Amino acid sequence: MSQPLIQPTDRGLYCAAGDFFIDPWRPVPQAVVTHAHADHARPGSDQYYAASPGLSLLRRRLGQNAPLRGLDYGVVHSFGPVRVSLHPAGHILGSAQVRVEHDGEVWVASGDYKRDPDPTCAPFEPIACDTFITEATFALPVYRWPPVAAVAAEIQQWWHDNARQGRTTVLFSYALGKAQRLLAALEQPTPGPIYLHGSVAPLTDDYRAAGIPLPTTRRVSEAPADEDYAKALVIAPPSAGGSTWMRRFRRPATGFASGWMRIRGNRRRRGYDRGFVISDHVDWPGLLRTLAETGARRVLTTHGRADELVRYLGERGLEARPLATLYGDVEDDG
Amino acid sequence: MQAFARLYRQLDEQRGTNAKVDAMADFFARVEPDDGAWAVYFLSGRRLKRLIGPVRLREWLARCSGLPEWLVEETHQHVGDLAETIALMLETTADRDRHDPRPLARWVEEEILALREIDEHQQYQRVTAAWQALDESGRFVYNKLLTGALRVGVSQTLVQRALARATGQPQPVIAHRLMGQWQPSGDFFKSLFEARSADEDASRPYPFFLAHPLEGDPADTLGPVHDWQLEWKWDGIRAQLIRRQGQTWLWSRGEALIAETFPEIVEAASQLPDDTVVDGEILAWDEAVLPFAELQRRLGRKRVGPKLRREVPVRLLAYDLLEQGGEDIRERPLGARRQTLEALMADVQAPLMCSPLIHARQWSELADRRAEARERRVEGVMLKRRDSAYGTGRPRGIWWKWKVAPLTLDAILLYAQPGHGRRANLYTDYSFAVPDGDTLVPIAKAYSGLDDAEIRRLDHWIRRHTRERFGPVRSVEPVQVFELAFEGIAPSSRHKSGVALRFPRIKRWREDLGPDDADTLEQIRALLP
Ligand SMILES: [Zn+2]
Ligand SMILES: [Zn+2]
Repeated sequence: MSQPLIQPTDRGLYCAAGDFFIDPWRPVPQAVVTHAHADHARPGSDQYYAASPGLSLLRRRLGQNAPLRGLDYGVVHSFGPVRVSLHPAGHILGSAQVRVEHDGEVWVASGDYKRDPDPTCAPFEPIACDTFITEATFALPVYRWPPVAAVAAEIQQWWHDNARQGRTTVLFSYALGKAQRLLAALEQPTPGPIYLHGSVAPLTDDYRAAGIPLPTTRRVSEAPADEDYAKALVIAPPSAGGSTWMRRFRRPATGFASGWMRIRGNRRRRGYDRGFVISDHVDWPGLLRTLAETGARRVLTTHGRADELVRYLGERGLEARPLATLYGDVEDDG
Repeated sequence: MQAFARLYRQLDEQRGTNAKVDAMADFFARVEPDDGAWAVYFLSGRRLKRLIGPVRLREWLARCSGLPEWLVEETHQHVGDLAETIALMLETTADRDRHDPRPLARWVEEEILALREIDEHQQYQRVTAAWQALDESGRFVYNKLLTGALRVGVSQTLVQRALARATGQPQPVIAHRLMGQWQPSGDFFKSLFEARSADEDASRPYPFFLAHPLEGDPADTLGPVHDWQLEWKWDGIRAQLIRRQGQTWLWSRGEALIAETFPEIVEAASQLPDDTVVDGEILAWDEAVLPFAELQRRLGRKRVGPKLRREVPVRLLAYDLLEQGGEDIRERPLGARRQTLEALMADVQAPLMCSPLIHARQWSELADRRAEARERRVEGVMLKRRDSAYGTGRPRGIWWKWKVAPLTLDAILLYAQPGHGRRANLYTDYSFAVPDGDTLVPIAKAYSGLDDAEIRRLDHWIRRHTRERFGPVRSVEPVQVFELAFEGIAPSSRHKSGVALRFPRIKRWREDLGPDDADTLEQIRALLP
């Protein structure tokens, strides 16, 4: 049998026929990058290709002068005999699936993706293919996401209750993607002003620059020392949680927005006051639906709960196998 | 059902005790009596007998979700809780109005207790229909009730406070009414709202008053030593002995009637006058106190024959008097209660006796006596304010237990397995071993003692240093050493090591030690009493 079109190497997923890598974790000559999260976009490669809407986010990760070339969704770029095109993955702004075609065979490497509506990025587009590479971050049947609007309403109610008691609402979330999605989901008028942590604010500005409408926010770093946060919502990355940065808020009520909050044990163990189930990764029903829509006969998995998914798909007559990758090593990317 | 599920969610989500009391009081004030009774029943930690086991529930879940049984099982492993797994795995019908509107009491009676009367096939149909009729949180609570495992993170005291507020009755009265055995009926719930009546149930015990652990030296914080009544902290079974209407009841702190386990105590109780309630400790005792392991031979036995009575004689050491001549004297100062108790016990024969007092003129003397604890087979000393009333719950500053420092040993981490519930995603259940010649012999399991950051770091290490996997259990490279604390040690034929530790827990992760520094089995056997 000839070698597979895409295969894992010590530097990343490699397409030998086109001589390029997808989301490599070590420097390579040519890298196609699915999105700007740290486990997928790593610095040091000679040339990067990525979907145009995500370029400014990628520059923050790879450096302002990184050799970065934008491809519009759906436009084919040839790597020798291999035809490559990028298609929306619905994960974060500029996230892409990589469609790879060679000798009549089609592979899709989907990076991270989700099927739930998200006004901050283009929706996932199912691509017919022979082999589909999927994430398995939440590939167990208990992971089914509630409607985002319902979760947003819960957050808003919680914020409202906190504001009434004069307590600052601090919502921890992943700084890129989740934070902006939360902002977009909040209903106007809000119970108070919205502040952003220093690691969330510039990314949010990138979203605005890309034309995504988001509510007005202020930066905590630019607020005076005696700022009154009593009615405020503050969005911050989880790493800010235990730090001295938190001291400026009086009796803060803390929440965490993540797919992991689906499990009660996780909600309790994390030590936040509240957990909100909202994820930029595909849930179990979304994953199965996607596989059906792509029509793929072969499924390769990355991230997370691969064993159960592989066995389950195998029992349903698909060829399924885990791919060894280093994705998903970033904490709290849920 | 949905209202109770909502209350459960609030209690689960709120961290402040005031908010929990508010939520419960609000619920009790509005609820229909029938539903209120069942809510009190469950919130106060009572359970229904389990009607359907986990194996069957998993099988039904597989059938009604269309997923293979192994996947249901793996997912259950991942979540750690079956009731939750069922709640999360099934799809909820989007239409909220179609959710079953029946209140808690009808759910319990019609959908849970009714399952006793029907065969397995009908049970399957009823249970899976119930799953469809509820939303996620309703389904979770229903499953918890069905499996007899609903645990709410509220203490008895909080439930009592909430009921006291909702009913306008004093908290001690509520506490008393909730003790013992009662039927969760609308009449019971309504009776909680009534002023105290003359014939409150004769068997009913008072809530036990509990001591707070004392850390550090009492000389620094507790004022003059003579303000305190000092006693030994016994290592037995806390019990309340009730004489009323010519009858005797013996209650354990777990609110179980234990008269059959200790018949000689019940027989001796006829020496006490009617309408007397004594608080004390049951100990295995033959001239002096015997190790707890001896007493354990009697526990859980419904019938105790003459042979066991001979082999493990017991005593009740009384240390407080709660009711005298039918009068509730809990509000009197401890010093006065103690005098009355001593007078009452003066002519009473074994196996009833007063728990002796410790006399110390200075704190240093008490510390010396405490140092004798292990020799005397007690856990330490008790400090009770002489002017204190017999309260409820476990408040700080009134009664203290000052235990001797636990025993410790250094052991090697050998196996790890994921936790349940709140730690479903992490390796948090550990087995430890100590060297015996060239082999490692398991010595203890421990689940607690590390902080969250350490647990995460250890979890990370375990995943990278696994040697073998047996289902959920991993064996790891035997290099990490932990200091384990434990309360006692006894010979055991059930354990390969030949010893059993009482209450082992992790005291510290000894990253400064290597496996060669661990204690050997020989050294540990030398600790046996
Ligand atoms: Zn991502
Ligand atoms: Zn990822």
